[in-house]
Amino acid sequence: MPQGVMVIAEQRDGEIRKVSYEVVSEGKRLADKLGQKVIAVLLGQNIKAKAATLGHYGADKIVVADDAKLASYTPDAYASVIAQVVKANDPAILLLGASVQGKDLAARLSARLGVGMAQDCTAFSIDNGRLNAVRPIYAGKAYAKVTFSDNYPHIATARPNVMPTNPPDASKAAETADAGVALDDSALKTKVADVIRDAAGKVDLTEADKIVSGGRGMKGPEGFKVLEDLAAVMGASVGASRSAVDAGWRSHTDQVGQTGKVVSPNLYVACGISGAIQHLAGMSTSKVVVAINKDPEAPIFQKADYGVVDDLFKVVPALTEEVKKMA
Amino acid sequence: MKIIVCIKQVPDTETQIKIAPGGKSIVKDDIKWVMNPYDEYGVEEALRIKEKLGGEVIVVGLGPKRVTESLRTALAMGADKGILISDPAAEGSDALATAKALATAIKGLQPDLIFAGQRGVDEDMGIAGAALAEYLGIPHFSVITKVEMAPDGKSVKCHKPVEGQTLVFEAPLPVVITAQKGLNEPRYASLPGIMKAKKKPLEEKTLAALGLNPSEFGEGARKLKIVEITPPPARKAGKIVQGDSPESKAKELAKLLHEEAKAI
Repeated sequence: MPQGVMVIAEQRDGEIRKVSYEVVSEGKRLADKLGQKVIAVLLGQNIKAKAATLGHYGADKIVVADDAKLASYTPDAYASVIAQVVKANDPAILLLGASVQGKDLAARLSARLGVGMAQDCTAFSIDNGRLNAVRPIYAGKAYAKVTFSDNYPHIATARPNVMPTNPPDASKAAETADAGVALDDSALKTKVADVIRDAAGKVDLTEADKIVSGGRGMKGPEGFKVLEDLAAVMGASVGASRSAVDAGWRSHTDQVGQTGKVVSPNLYVACGISGAIQHLAGMSTSKVVVAINKDPEAPIFQKADYGVVDDLFKVVPALTEEVKKMA
Repeated sequence: MKIIVCIKQVPDTETQIKIAPGGKSIVKDDIKWVMNPYDEYGVEEALRIKEKLGGEVIVVGLGPKRVTESLRTALAMGADKGILISDPAAEGSDALATAKALATAIKGLQPDLIFAGQRGVDEDMGIAGAALAEYLGIPHFSVITKVEMAPDGKSVKCHKPVEGQTLVFEAPLPVVITAQKGLNEPRYASLPGIMKAKKKPLEEKTLAALGLNPSEFGEGARKLKIVEITPPPARKAGKIVQGDSPESKAKELAKLLHEEAKAI
C-alpha cells in the first residue's frame, strides 16, 4: 500500500531553493493529515551538508543523490534517479515546486510512472485519504479542483510563494540516507554543454519578493527608467506586460502574463498596465496588488488592492521619494 | 531530416470561459478555436530547419474534425503533410493518453526531430511533450528558446532558461523539443501557401487504425480527474487612493503599503 509524502527538493549551485522549503512544509501538513511521514529527496553534487535543512522544515527522512553527473539538472538523469527512489519507497504522494525544473521533471515522471500529475497548484487537501489539488486553468479564467486515479504516486507541483513555510526548527534532525541508485550511462544521452548565467544581481521575476511592472502606458523604453528607480529603492525587480515586450521596449524574459512568466510576489505594482485577462493570468496570486494608471476604467483596478488613478510619471517618482524617506 | 510537429487547438485567448452546468467542464459552443500559440513556434522552427538542412515537415494533431483547420494552417505555412488522429473514444483523454496516441502515430515515421508547444494555453499543464518523449524512449527538452542543429544533422543543442541562468543541453537525435515564446517569429501563411495547402496530403486515423485500445482513452481512463471547475477566487475589493495631487496620492499609498499592507 503506497504510503507517505515524498518531496523532490531543488538546489541551484549547491543552495536549496526557497520553493523546496514551501513544498516540504506543505508535504508535512498533508502527511500529518494522513498520519504518515515525509521523505525529502535532494539531487546534486556536494550537497549532503545542505540537505539537513530539509529536516528543519518537516522532512522525517532525507534521501540524497550526490554525483558529478547530477551537478546540473538534466531531465534524463534526474528522472532516472527519482524513478528509482520512488520505486524503493513507494510513496502515495510526490510533490515538487512548480519551478521551471520542477514542472519539467514532474511531466516526465508522470509518463515514466504512468500516474496523474497536477501542475502549478495553489492549494492541496486530503479528501477520503486521497490528494486533491486546486489549480488555475485557461490562464486563471477558471480554477479546477482535481483528484487522482488509483495509480500511485499522485504527483503535483506547487506554485512558488503561495503555500507558507513552517517556522524552521533547527533541533529537528531527520534521518539521512544515500539514494544508492545507479546512473546508467547508456540511458543518459543528454549532456549539459554550457550554463549561461543571467546578469549578476538580477533576480528572476518568479523569485522576486516585489515586482514593479510596466505596460503600454510607459510609452517607450525610456519610460521604464522611473520604474527602475522605484524598484531600486524598494528592492524590487522590473517586469513588463506583453504590450511593452512586443513593442520591443523590454526583453521577453521580463514578460509577466499568459505567454510570459507566472509570478506570485508579495507586492506587485502595475504601472500603465490596463489589466487584460492575459496579464492577470501571470500575477493573480500576488499577495498585494497596486495599480497606477490614469484611466479609471482600466480593468486592472478590479484586481488591485490599492489603485491610484493618476499620471504614473508623476506618481511613481513621488512614490520613490516616499520610499527613500522610509529607509 | 524528417521533422514532426505536434499541434493542438485551444480557445482563442480572448474567449470568455463559461462553466457548464454540473461544474465539471467548460461550455464549448461559441468558441473560436485556434492553433495553440506555443505550437506556432514549433511549426516555424521545423520549417527553418527544413529550409536549412532539407527534408520534410509532418504536422500531427489529435482531436475532433475542426483540428483539420489548424493542420491546414501549418501546411499553409510550409509543412508538407498532415495527420489528424480523430476518434470519439479519445474525447476527454488526459495528456498521457493523448501523448500515447501521438507517439504511436509518430513512431512508425522514424522522425529525426519532434516539436511541440511548451504547454497548451487551455490546461496550462505542459505534460504532452515530455510524455511523448518518454513513450518514444528519447530525450526531451522543454521550454526552449534556441535550437542549434549540429552541421552533420545528428545532434542538437537547446537553450533552456531556468531561474537565474540558461542551461544549454546537447543530445543526439532524435529528441522532442517543446517551444517557448522567443524561439522565433512565426511566419504568416501566404496566399499562395494557403492555396498549395489545400492539395497537400492530410490523413485521418482512428485509434483502432493505430492499433490502440479505445478503452485506454477518454474520460474514464483519465489518471487526473476533474472534481469541479469554479470561477477564479474573488479578491477582496480594493481601494482607490485619495489625494488632491499625484504627490499626495503617492504619500498616502506609501503609508498604506507600509502600515496597512505591510508590503514595504
